Parts: sequence; structure tokens; C-alpha cells
Amino acid sequence: MVDVNLSEAEKTFIVHGIQDNFREDGRSNEEYRQMDLETGLMSNTSGSARLRLANTEILVGVKAELEEPKPEKPDVGRLEFFVDCSANAAPEFEGRGGEELATEMMNLLYRAYSASTVLDVSSLCLQSGKLCWVLYVDVLLLECGGNLFDAASIAVKAALFNTKIPSVKVRQEEGEETELEVSDDPYDVRRLDVSAAPTVLTLSKIGHNHIVDASQKEEACCLARLMMAVTASGSVTATVKEGRGSLDPDSITEMMQVGKRVGKAVNEKLLETLKEEEQKGLKRKTVGFLR
Amino acid sequence: MEVDIRLPAPRGRLAAKEDDEITLVTPGDVITSDTGFMRGHGTVMEDDSLKSTVAGVVERVNKLISVRPLKARYTGEIGDVIVGRVIEVGSRRWKVDVHAKLDAVLMLSSVNLPGGELRRRSEEDERMMRKYLQEGDVISAEVQNVMSDGTLSLHTRSLKYGKLGQGVLVPVPPSLVKRRKTHFHTLPCGVKIILGNNGYIWLTPTVTESNTGGYEVDLSPVSRGDREEMARLRNCVLALAEQKMLLYDTSIMYAYEESLKFESKVLLKSEVASEIAELAQQRLEHEGYK
Repeated sequence: MVDVNLSEAEKTFIVHGIQDNFREDGRSNEEYRQMDLETGLMSNTSGSARLRLANTEILVGVKAELEEPKPEKPDVGRLEFFVDCSANAAPEFEGRGGEELATEMMNLLYRAYSASTVLDVSSLCLQSGKLCWVLYVDVLLLECGGNLFDAASIAVKAALFNTKIPSVKVRQEEGEETELEVSDDPYDVRRLDVSAAPTVLTLSKIGHNHIVDASQKEEACCLARLMMAVTASGSVTATVKEGRGSLDPDSITEMMQVGKRVGKAVNEKLLETLKEEEQKGLKRKTVGFLR
Repeated sequence: MEVDIRLPAPRGRLAAKEDDEITLVTPGDVITSDTGFMRGHGTVMEDDSLKSTVAGVVERVNKLISVRPLKARYTGEIGDVIVGRVIEVGSRRWKVDVHAKLDAVLMLSSVNLPGGELRRRSEEDERMMRKYLQEGDVISAEVQNVMSDGTLSLHTRSLKYGKLGQGVLVPVPPSLVKRRKTHFHTLPCGVKIILGNNGYIWLTPTVTESNTGGYEVDLSPVSRGDREEMARLRNCVLALAEQKMLLYDTSIMYAYEESLKFESKVLLKSEVASEIAELAQQRLEHEGYK
């Protein structure tokens, strides 16, 4: 994590505020900050999304490629995640500095999407054992303002929603090479059903309480956090505990309950926003990074 | 609990007042192709014309043209009040982050010793340095000197400067802090505010103030009422900064008063924040502030 160095007094102030259920910026412990979300802003990708959560800025691009399925799973396509921490976000990311965070984020995304129920990967397979779609999901971290994991996962889900895979027909005649037929119509595309895809929800334990959507300052006060991937139906597909501090079993159950509840709300609102954006269709002007 | 995910709105600046005196430029813009001018900060001479290297306001003093950037790191001037964070304890000096290009230094000889003792700093004092100020501590100080490479040398030899206790540090672009006679204000809502010239703004409840030269910090919980006022002020300051409005006691108080009809967390929403900034600006114009 990108750490800010806080003084004891500032930490005390934050911890007492969380005890009071009133945080530095006026939010209660279970409230999210405003998120700005935009999809389809990069024409050279199959799907893309940009998310801004307070000062956290994430850009996600999805690229669909035709490849051979893995031998152990010949009937399914797959998702490949890659996270890049730009040195623009924090000077400590320069060189290989961001690798640890990137690997952590990548692993969490892999685990969150590993459950078979979250995304119908079998539909990505075109020809068993020979040909399938591989979705390369590239996450680029442009600015750090706390709660990176949640923001990244929400952006990933939005980008997958936005992903358009060209329709391809596979023809194979006896004794001949397989032939691919790509539709001429650029609007003849397939979409993914992401309604069951998870988003990550991080609960940070600060003092004796836990909060969602920690700011960078709050992250500096946090000793242990529980990250869970929650779907819209409230099921948890992955959990990771991070940080040096310990969590006792009772508080983990409590945190899971809160996580499920908030995670459900986040997922619902996300789908609602994505649908709203889609309805606006081509008339909508992309805002991009010009503010 | 309510989650707010929305589509980005193109964020417009509040309608700027028509003022022909102000010329805004972006990097690469030609300021003048007249060769009779002198090249100042933020400009470059290229192809016989003077071009801007930063985004900001063109300023002209006789024949000297310079561009004052809108968003840049802080360049210090002697006498500025600054708020900074200690990032390193060195030999006889502390390094302080003040959002400048280089870290500022605070020499052991330019701080008040606890109890206001006046004497030469001994080796004992040197060993105690981390007891006075350690990494992460927030201090208020004054710029004593600007060295030839631009490093700032600070001092805290007055009772109003020193270590800061519980509170919130809000970073804003330094160019938005208006230079006033005083940068320390106790606002009527019971919050003390320090507007650092370097763009760091410190909000603290008045009750935690103690006059021990700032070395003992009160860690007792801050009351809910004070917290609410501080959160409101923090969000107001950020709302004004988002709309690139100058920050000083009056503008902050006006924004605060306009914000009272909302709950403090609602001020985090972009449309409410810009509304408040707009109302504050209208009021400032109405009262004749410029």
C-alpha cells in the first residue's frame, strides 16, 4: 500500500472519529464516497472503463484474443488479469516498486473470478481443446486515494460489462483446416453477462471498529483488513486477510455480514449505472480525463 | 448506507468573470512574438516568440513577462506561514515536507525549546530531537530563509508556531491560498484554521490548544460537535479548491454558512460542492470582495 506517514495525534483523531461513527469527511463507517464511472472510452480495446473514487483513479482495458484453451480445461475460455501500478500514481511505484501491490491485486482478482458461477466462461470456448476466447484484463492504476482494491474490481466489472466480442463462426470440414468466419457487421457482437460477477469489498479494522471505503489516511491507521469478493446476490467468492494485525473470529463474522450487505448495494448500483449509461448509447460524449 | 456510482459530468468551472486584464495560457501557447520583452519564470524563447511552459496566468512587470502557474509546487518566500510534515530527523535538523520542490529544513537552533528556555543547543538536545518532533508530526512554521537552491529554511521561534496536535490536514494547490496579514484564524464555529501559504490547511478544534510551546499533545477524544464542524469545514475548503476559488477566512466562512443547509457528508457530492462554491462566490461579489 502507498502509505502516508501520520502523526500520533492525527491517528488518534481518526480512530476516535471511527469510534464515534463519524469520520473525517463526515461519512459514517459504512458509507462509500462518490464514484464516477465511464465505460467504452478506449477504441482500441474490446471493452474499457475508467473509475474515479475520490482521488483514486483506475483505468481498465479488456482485450479479447483467440487462443488455445488450457489442456486441463479444454472446454472453457479464460480471463487473464494484469495490474500495472503507474509511477504517476505514487513515486514509490517507480521501477519495480509497485510489483508487490500489483501481484496482490492480480491474485485477488484471479481468485474472485475463479468460481464457476460468476462468469460463463464455457461460452467463450469456440472449439473444444483448440480455440477459445481469452480476455486479457489490464488494470492501470493512475492515482492513489485509498481503497484501491475495491475501485479496481468495480472498474474491472464495468469493463467486462462493456466488452464486446466479435461473433465468430467456426467451420471445419472433413480433413481440412478449421476456418474462422468473422461477421462483417461491426455491431454483430457478443456481450458478457456480468450480473453475477463479484466486486471486492475491503473492510478495514481501525481501533475496535471496521469501516468500508477507507481513505488513504485511514489506511495508514489500519492494522488488519479483510477483503472479500461479493456478488450481487450476496455470495462471497473469495476472502483475503491482509495486514499485520489479527482479527478475532467474531469480528470476522461481523465484518462478513457488513461486507455482504454493502457489497450487494455496490453491485446493484453499479449495474444500474452501467445500464443507464448504455441507454444513452452513442449520444453520450466521453468525458475521459479532461476535467 | 447508500452507494453512489454515477456517470462523470464534464466539470465546468464557475463562469469566470469577464476581465480583460487576465490572460490564461497553456504550455506551448505563444504569449508574444514581440522581441522587446524579457523572459521570466514559466516562459521559454522559441522560434523568436515567447512561449509559456506552464498553465497559468500571464503577468507583466514593465518588460518582464512571466507566467504564474495555477497548479504547481510551492515556492517559498521569507515570512510565509507554512504547515508541514516532518519526514526525517537528521543531525541538528529536521526535514519537513512542505509541498515544495525540495524538502524544507528546520534547524535545531531555530526551534523554541520546551518551556521557552533560551540557551545554546547542547548535545543533550540533539539526542532529544526525536522527543520534540518525530517523523510524521505536523508543524506550523515560518519561512526564515530561502537558500540559493530553493530549499526553505524554517523557524518556529514564536509561541504561535510549533507542533500541531489533533486535527485534519487538507492539501490544496498553493496558489489558491490568499496572502493575508494573518493566516491563523479562530472561526466562530469553534474550529481553528491555519492556512499555510504552501497549500496545506490545518483544521483543529480550539479546545485542544495548550500553551506549552506545542510539545505536549492532547490526545483526549474530540467531541462529536467539533468533529462535525471540522468535517464541514474540510469539505467546504475542498469544494472551494475544486472550483479554484481563493481561500481566506471570509471565503471559507461564506462557504461554511452556505453549507449549513446540508449534512456535512452531502458536501462530498460534486454537484453540492459546486453549488456551495457558487453561492459563496456570489456572496463575495455581492459584498464587494474581489
